[in-house]
Amino acid sequence: MENSTSLKQDKGNQQTGEEGRPWEEMTVASSQDPEPTSSKTSESESALESGPQSRSSPPWSRPSRGSTPPDEGTGPGASPRPPLPQEPSSTPPPPALARQVLEAPWQSDRTASVIPEAETPHSDHLEQPPDKGESSPYQTCQSKRNGFQQPQQTNGRLYGPKDVSCNHAEQKKLRFDLLQETDSNSQDDPGDAEPGAWKAAPSLTETAIQSAKAYLLQSSSKSGLNLYDHLSNMLSKILDERPKNAVDIIENISQDVKMAHFSKKLDTLQNENEMLPTYDIAEKQKALFLQGNLERADQELEDEIAENSLPNVMESAFYFDQAGVGLGTDETYRICLALKQLTDTHPIQRCRFWGKIFGLEMNYIVAEVEFREGEDEEEMEEEDVIEQRDNGDSEGEGDEDELPRSSYKAPQAIPKEECRTGANKYVYFVCNEPGRPWVKLPPVTPAQIVIARKIKKFFTGHLDHPIVSYPLFPGNESNYLRAQIARISAGTHVSPLGFYQFGEEEGKEEEEVEGRREYFEENPDFEGIQVIDMVESLSNWVHHVQRILPQGRCNWFNPVQKIEEEEEEDDEEKEEENEEPDYIEEVGPPLLTPISEDLDIQNIPPWTTRLSSNVIPQYAIAVLRSNLWPGAYAFCNGKKFENLYIGWGHKYSPDSYTPPVPPPVCQEYPSGPEITEMDDPSVEEEQAFRAAQEAAVLLDEEDEDTEQDEDEEEDYD
Amino acid sequence: MDADSLLLSLELASGSGQGLSPDRRASLLTSLTLVKRDYRYDRVLFWGRIFGLVADYYIAQGLSEDQLAPRKTLYSLNCVEWSLLPPATEEMAAQTAVVKGRFLGDPSHEYEHTELQTVNDGDKVFEEEVVVQIKEETRLVSIIDQIDKEVAVVPRGVLFKTPFGPVHVNRTFEGLSLSEAKKLSSYFHFREPVELKNKTLLEKADLDPSLDFLDSLEHDIPKVEPCTGAWGGCRPSRALAPQPRPASSPGSWSVQMERGNALVVLRSLLWPGLTFYHAPRTKNCGYVYMGTGEKNIDLPFML
Repeated sequence: MENSTSLKQDKGNQQTGEEGRPWEEMTVASSQDPEPTSSKTSESESALESGPQSRSSPPWSRPSRGSTPPDEGTGPGASPRPPLPQEPSSTPPPPALARQVLEAPWQSDRTASVIPEAETPHSDHLEQPPDKGESSPYQTCQSKRNGFQQPQQTNGRLYGPKDVSCNHAEQKKLRFDLLQETDSNSQDDPGDAEPGAWKAAPSLTETAIQSAKAYLLQSSSKSGLNLYDHLSNMLSKILDERPKNAVDIIENISQDVKMAHFSKKLDTLQNENEMLPTYDIAEKQKALFLQGNLERADQELEDEIAENSLPNVMESAFYFDQAGVGLGTDETYRICLALKQLTDTHPIQRCRFWGKIFGLEMNYIVAEVEFREGEDEEEMEEEDVIEQRDNGDSEGEGDEDELPRSSYKAPQAIPKEECRTGANKYVYFVCNEPGRPWVKLPPVTPAQIVIARKIKKFFTGHLDHPIVSYPLFPGNESNYLRAQIARISAGTHVSPLGFYQFGEEEGKEEEEVEGRREYFEENPDFEGIQVIDMVESLSNWVHHVQRILPQGRCNWFNPVQKIEEEEEEDDEEKEEENEEPDYIEEVGPPLLTPISEDLDIQNIPPWTTRLSSNVIPQYAIAVLRSNLWPGAYAFCNGKKFENLYIGWGHKYSPDSYTPPVPPPVCQEYPSGPEITEMDDPSVEEEQAFRAAQEAAVLLDEEDEDTEQDEDEEEDYD
Repeated sequence: MDADSLLLSLELASGSGQGLSPDRRASLLTSLTLVKRDYRYDRVLFWGRIFGLVADYYIAQGLSEDQLAPRKTLYSLNCVEWSLLPPATEEMAAQTAVVKGRFLGDPSHEYEHTELQTVNDGDKVFEEEVVVQIKEETRLVSIIDQIDKEVAVVPRGVLFKTPFGPVHVNRTFEGLSLSEAKKLSSYFHFREPVELKNKTLLEKADLDPSLDFLDSLEHDIPKVEPCTGAWGGCRPSRALAPQPRPASSPGSWSVQMERGNALVVLRSLLWPGLTFYHAPRTKNCGYVYMGTGEKNIDLPFML
């Protein structure tokens, strides 16, 4: 490696020497042939001598060329070297040979292969630019070494016949080395004043270099640049990019380099782009538009269309638009795309655009989804675990010396309905805006529905926002949202009479016995109802979602029964339980009940029907508006129908909302004779009482000896 | 919303879910043009729609040259024939405040309200139940006036006050910038200023008299209050959560950027159904009311 550096050094010197002369080194070099042969031998020896020296110098002195061979570290006994000491000492070799010998380690350092001379500069060039970045330490050492080697180096001694064959590429490389060399000089000028002076002595060329360089380094008063930096920038740019016709476009490159001074640096402060969120959502929505562009075979496409679960949102939107309801064509279309994304990424059997619920900061777009069979089992298991854990918590330990613990036992929580039944019949996904991720809402529990009926809160648009309310709502906004969706669905999802019929599924007989069938299917023979009839009579509309009972479930759950099963061992407690007021079984109206039976809201009818157009009634559709849930709409054009909710998610009430009063303060202890204040008995009374007691005890002992055990028990009580 | 740009305005306000059916749109475009001609209004606004149980009221307003001069209000049930409503008075407001529940859709319908009145009958003073009849038309007038006074909105800069007093439409208005559009302080009540007189000189010092001559929305009750200590304190786990939390508790307005910041929508929480829309950096702005005509008096519980 040192050889190579010194070699380069030589070339650099040679080059500088030539700077004074015209660029005609070929001839000059050949004429100088005899000289270098001798100097070369001495130089090669000196290189060997200086090798170990500089090897002892700090490790950074070794330039970090990519392919620094490992033998560098092992010492001078590296493979290409051994011939080196012998040849110069034995016979003055032909210069070419010496040159080659010198060249060999150098080449092996770089490319590990002896390449024809003409190519080495290339490999060198390839590696030069990265060197430049870290050049300063490397070059300081280089220049110092330069100082050491200087006496042995004579001018232009290195030009063997070999060099005659040098081509222009070699020249370029030399020039580049010159640049590097002089660059290092410029950096080391103050530190290396002495060696510089030393250097100046042997040759005038050095001073010529200095003055030339000083001239080049003069910075222009106009632009503040200097030609030296500019040239080196240009060259590094050329070498970085390696244009084919560098010489032709050199003017442009020069211009580019100058222009680069005016371009903004990335590290300077920049104004943050104000419209960033706009682009953000546009980017997300662009993905929605691109999702359908996948190229597929026609057959696959057909299959997909056949088993498509995507609802025709646009068609429904058209009908709702006739009714004067809807989100606008643009937003609806984006929602449609978002639903497509949802159905493509989840195993969904059926999907429906449920509606939109406004929040304070963001809105919710709600999709009603039915998974394919067997796809939603995991969550059910998860929640069973949670329930069990809850039970475990409630059971306490029975240490007697503990602090008095509350004997209050929370009533058995009413279990939530299983997936695919009752209020959890469907799964709901929400997203804030089309293109944003869909989030699945958790299943609803009866407690959440019961509390949701008692509170009235705005949604914020953040699913994890806490619900701060009285009574305390069990869950966060996602649970509240889910509860409201369940309530709205139960109250407002209606269909034309006859569109659905009860299915005759086998194995569901138990339910039918109870008179509560919850499985219905589309009636294939449905012939449609006249629109006028739909408008005029509410009895032509039926609920197709089960009403949620006051308990918070659609199917009544008997809490007493459960308790009996758990505590059968304890007879006494069972009796106590029975003393409590019996739960009255709650029964809602059966499915597919006409909405004409819905209760009025304080003399306000719960539904309003309209014809979409009075001007052209022939083609108008029937529109149903819920007054109980403002924002809930349904349309029917005879055969088709759809339900939609767009609103704040609150039930209408003509009275103002009153939060429920807190429960009455608990009694601390039951008031009875033991704690009532009374006069102390007098001595006579006490004696009389004692006598009576003794008499009684005596009587007992005489009569019934066998019942002693019981007596003891009584004493305990 | 301006009747002239009705279709665009409806499109911008469609995020609230309530629009107009195609035949209503068409008939409004026709009939409001005629209204403008017949009543010689400078500008006609489509004000909105009040849902009745039987029929809906469609409301339009006519403005004269001075934008803040008392507005003429018209209503229609079929969007073609318009009738002028009488101006609202304090008395009407007091009278109709007792009526609760939904509108019916029949202007001649009379709500009955029984109230106790003290009757002086010679020497005796006794209370008597009196049945008061309130016409729905009166209630309609009063409700429209209330909504106008409480939640009608214009962006800052749309109107300017001339040195002589009248308020004109600012033709150089090019829309609010995006950062301004997110602030409630950039929106004004479209009514005669009330609170401005109560401001101190110091508060008025920064106001531009030709532009800031109206009450700003930021002082509406309930006020938007920054919530820092109290919230974080009671919910330490929340405070640690990295999610972006709302920096302030919402006031009586919900400000949302829709369509990726291309549209700012203000929804009144006090009068659910009132939607104000403004596309930042454009002139398009306006408000429309599509609701039941009932004030949300539960608001304090719902925030």
